[in-house]
Amino acid sequence: MSTPCTVAEVLAQSQVEAVLAKLDAELVGLAPVKQRIRDIAALLVIDRLRAAHGLATSSPTLHMCFTGNPGTGKTTVAMRMAEILHALGYVRKGHLVAVTRDDLVGQYIGHTAPKTKELLKKAMGGVLFIDEAYYLYRPENERDYGQEAIEILLQVMENQRDDLVVILAGYADRMLTFFQSNPGLSSRIAHHIEFPDYAQGELLQIADQMLAESHYRFGPGARQAFEDYLGRRLRQPHFANARSVRNALERTRLRQASRLYAQRERVLDADTLATLEPADIRASRVFAQEQPA
Amino acid sequence: MMSNPTGRITQGQFSFLPALSDDEIRAQIDYGLAKGYAWSVEYTDDPHPRNTYWEMYGMPMFDLRDAAGVMLELQGCRAAFPQHYIRLMAFDSTRGIESIAMSFIVNRPAAEPGFMLQRQEVNGRTMRTTIAGYAAAKPEGERY
Repeated sequence: MSTPCTVAEVLAQSQVEAVLAKLDAELVGLAPVKQRIRDIAALLVIDRLRAAHGLATSSPTLHMCFTGNPGTGKTTVAMRMAEILHALGYVRKGHLVAVTRDDLVGQYIGHTAPKTKELLKKAMGGVLFIDEAYYLYRPENERDYGQEAIEILLQVMENQRDDLVVILAGYADRMLTFFQSNPGLSSRIAHHIEFPDYAQGELLQIADQMLAESHYRFGPGARQAFEDYLGRRLRQPHFANARSVRNALERTRLRQASRLYAQRERVLDADTLATLEPADIRASRVFAQEQPA
Repeated sequence: MMSNPTGRITQGQFSFLPALSDDEIRAQIDYGLAKGYAWSVEYTDDPHPRNTYWEMYGMPMFDLRDAAGVMLELQGCRAAFPQHYIRLMAFDSTRGIESIAMSFIVNRPAAEPGFMLQRQEVNGRTMRTTIAGYAAAKPEGERY
């Protein structure tokens, strides 16, 4: 392999472009997230070129924190991130270990440290994903073992930067209080990435993708009906972005199943079984609530 | 010097080779992990050949994917017991095998006096022999 001199030559030798293209195709919206991944990929390419000229390259700190409202894709992106960092050559094995407080914090004195260390060792060479990370710290209980887990985590995040990438995820406001009480943790995380809420058009695109994955499709008028549904649902409380879309589609599937189930004698072909009718969507509670007003 | 020709104890794999570097150890660990073995770290200051069970340094490590986790434990053990023998062992849990598949020494004391051959006369002129480590005469923890 000859020494590369241009960005194009490095790209030709690596999978960077393929990874970025796949990311763009499979994830709707999330512009700030994609931009950050592109930046990290660019750094990798430039580092290769620097190495060819004998300039010092130190491995970057890749620990990340994902904040955002429910259903904005934090967990989905974290799952993908292990794969991406592996393809970019930042982590050696590219597996993801997803944990929550229960997996890290022990139940009695002396239980926490071995438990946390064991998980960290399992995650080495890959990505450790701590979902709902703010639960690790419980200020109301000063003897809580969560603090011990955080200290071990900090130590490993600092000393084993080449071996492990830690991703914390949680809702923005609660992560903020979490970081305020653990300033050391916040400063060791280089990438604080905010997940924006999806626009209505993006949610519709997500719905299309979800349906395609499970071999369903919108029948005539059904896509319009779903758009109406989203418009109404967005104005209601407790909207959880993509998760709400998934739930709405699940309920639509149920209604479609009931509708077909009622027609005992009808011969059902593959097309009928895969099509969601506008009626399946318009039967939703969301439409019923608005009519009297 | 029949019992200790190289001034080094030879037990397990690679023991006739020069000491493995950390990179070489890492490569061996990765090989074992690829085979699905679970690694563990053990130490002792009584390396008698019949002393099969060394002290465990932490639990055996199951479900690891990368050598870094084992190396972390090894560094910890080396820091705690710099003058002890430390070995890495790989356990193969395949049904029907369920035993140690790899084992090699990764840390040894600076000076290894080796073993003495002891002869004992019993029942007239009958001879019994056994070996005893020169270092083993001292109490545990003060041997090397």
